[in-house]
Amino acid sequence: MLAYIIRRILRAFPQIILISILTFIIIQLPPGDLVTQQILNLQASGVEVSQQHAEMLMRQYGLDRPMHERYLLWIGNIVTRFDFGYSYAWQKPVAEVIMDRMGYTFAIALLSAILTWVVAIPVGIFVAVKQYSITDYFVTFMTFIGMAVPGFFLAMVIMYVALTRFGIRVGGLFSPEYMVQPWSWGKFLDLLSNLWLPVVLLGIGGTAGTIRTMRAMMLDELRKLYVTVARAKGLSETQILVRYPVRVAINPIISGLMWLLPWLFSGGLLVEIVLNLPTAGPALYSALLAQDMHMAGAYILIVGALTIVSAIFSDILLAVSDPRIRFGAVEGA
Amino acid sequence: MSGNEVIAEVKNLRTYFHVPEGVVRAVDGVDLVIKPGRTLGVVGESGCGKSVTALSLMRLVPSPGRIEGGEIIYYQSVRETSASSLSDIIDITRLKPNSREIRAIRGNHISMVFQEPMAAMLPVRTVGSQIMEAITLHQNVSHQEARERAIEMLARVNLPNPDRIVDNYPFQLSGGMRQRAVIAMALSCNPHLLIADEPTTALDVTTEAQILDLMRKLQADYNMAIMFITHNLGVIAEMADEVAVMYLGKVVEQTDIRSIFINPLHPYTQALLRSIPQLDDVMTRSGERRQLHTIKGMVPDPYTVLKGCPFHPRCPHFMSEVCDQVVPEVIEAEPDHIVRCHLYAPSPEEAQTRKEAML
Ligand SMILES: Nc1ncnc2c1ncn2[C@@H]1O[C@H](COP(=O)(O)OP(=O)(O)OP(=O)(O)O)[C@@H](O)[C@H]1O
Ligand SMILES: [Mg+2]
Repeated sequence: MLAYIIRRILRAFPQIILISILTFIIIQLPPGDLVTQQILNLQASGVEVSQQHAEMLMRQYGLDRPMHERYLLWIGNIVTRFDFGYSYAWQKPVAEVIMDRMGYTFAIALLSAILTWVVAIPVGIFVAVKQYSITDYFVTFMTFIGMAVPGFFLAMVIMYVALTRFGIRVGGLFSPEYMVQPWSWGKFLDLLSNLWLPVVLLGIGGTAGTIRTMRAMMLDELRKLYVTVARAKGLSETQILVRYPVRVAINPIISGLMWLLPWLFSGGLLVEIVLNLPTAGPALYSALLAQDMHMAGAYILIVGALTIVSAIFSDILLAVSDPRIRFGAVEGA
Repeated sequence: MSGNEVIAEVKNLRTYFHVPEGVVRAVDGVDLVIKPGRTLGVVGESGCGKSVTALSLMRLVPSPGRIEGGEIIYYQSVRETSASSLSDIIDITRLKPNSREIRAIRGNHISMVFQEPMAAMLPVRTVGSQIMEAITLHQNVSHQEARERAIEMLARVNLPNPDRIVDNYPFQLSGGMRQRAVIAMALSCNPHLLIADEPTTALDVTTEAQILDLMRKLQADYNMAIMFITHNLGVIAEMADEVAVMYLGKVVEQTDIRSIFINPLHPYTQALLRSIPQLDDVMTRSGERRQLHTIKGMVPDPYTVLKGCPFHPRCPHFMSEVCDQVVPEVIEAEPDHIVRCHLYAPSPEEAQTRKEAML
């Protein structure tokens, strides 16, 4: 098992390197660079920029060096000093801009993921056991709606209703009075009172999808002979469920983990914009629009790395849950 | 028959499936007697209701199936290990499905082995844990004791290295090894009755012979009754003490193994015996293949209810106005030889003399 984990982690390194190279190329793609931009800006504000000054700036940012050296410089700064470069649009280092925001994004994504599993797995099992019951039809109907209605649209509806009906402003993560305050217990509680809405909105799509997956898997497994064999042993229905079909039905959910975190990370963008959240998504999105390439590069790199890390995570969990993967004996059971 | 030489008795059992196309009378008036230490073979064509009868005995009939009538009497003998408060004579059909009572019987008093050994175990749990589960469920033992018992059972079914196999996963075993493990699991609580539903059909002949051997040996060790379901008359000849022949949800003939082969009474049994291919039957001396004997006609579709004897459309001794009108009664044509066929119905005069003799 340990060997499997080590092998799996080692395999991720080339992937991460590849993603960083691709990211770097993307950063380099748009015409113009940081220095040209800065020079243009200085000129626009009436400052004369000498050839010497320009070259000094070029050297300062390493733009006179060959491509591969610049790549190494860029990635080296990220790895050693967590320095993602300078955001032209924000006039601040990228890391400084996204640090806090990343924290909120992670918190929301993680809570959404937990909510998704806590709700979707038991509900999926239940409706599979009660196939064709009223509950099953109702849940099936709701999951279709949950998958079809985009989260941002729901966010807008809720904001509208809250404002027009109840005169409450929803949105943001903090109430105005706490916005600029330092951290305190009150601010934390305020955060929690605002956090649930984006968490729920972000989780709805995934919850609906996971319920459908769980239900379909369970229906498949419940038909298998080993369920009858377990019943013939004298186990109760609940014992049978958790010890047998669920053990197999849960596997696609575990491998879906690989997509869940990155999806929550980037897929929540519209909800975050609509709700005006101080998360990483909107900031990075505007960076892309403004061709703020170091910022955009940071975003691509982080989402890419997140995908790879969650893939490692889900593979290891899967190997724990399914010995066929551990022993390399995958059969069409 | 007195109570202590019978372990289970099925009386006029009817199990139907209510499907949109109609009602499938999978089991339609089955009578069986199962005796301790003996093997009852159940034979019949595919779809005649063998499996549904077996599942009914354990109340495992899947929906939309339901036991509509009849009795399944289980005579439980006192056992030291049993902590349950079952009364001595139980009608299994009266127990609620998945009730505590039926669960105390399943796997403990009555066990079942199914046809596909590859599908009978969950692939993601070890063989040992799936065996130990039955043991800890029915017996008051520690985890360690249950594990030792599981290893002991794996050894009893002649698996090599049982203390290693106990930690193996099912996919690490071959089909034959897996069926042995499944049998070990079924026998782990010393059941009084083992229902084996075509336990060797999925295996090659050598492995089949080994498993059959094993089952006979274990039966002798435990004095256990076996209900052995198969459509292979060769296997029946090897395993069974008594045979019940089923046709379309009914037992058409039941008697001891010798009588079934030497003196089959029901036309269906006779046809079934003729359809066993024999070497000199299949090949002539010149090497040509001969046509196999088949039973003429087809099994009718399961939704239609035939009037009279269900076998009459295919019967070579069909008597019109009788066989297609009247359902044949159970007749004890010879001592301990039961048949459901009008050919053996006593003529009116005979019936009269019998009645007088009884008076
Ligand atoms: N789940 C079910 N739903 C509907 N009908 C069923 C179901 N299970 C069995 N039946 C019907 O019950 C009848 C008897 O089936 P059963 O499985 O007992 O046959 P069998 O004698 O065991 O045959 P085989 O030798 O092929 O195993 C068949 O007509 C079958 O179509
Ligand atoms: Mg069958």
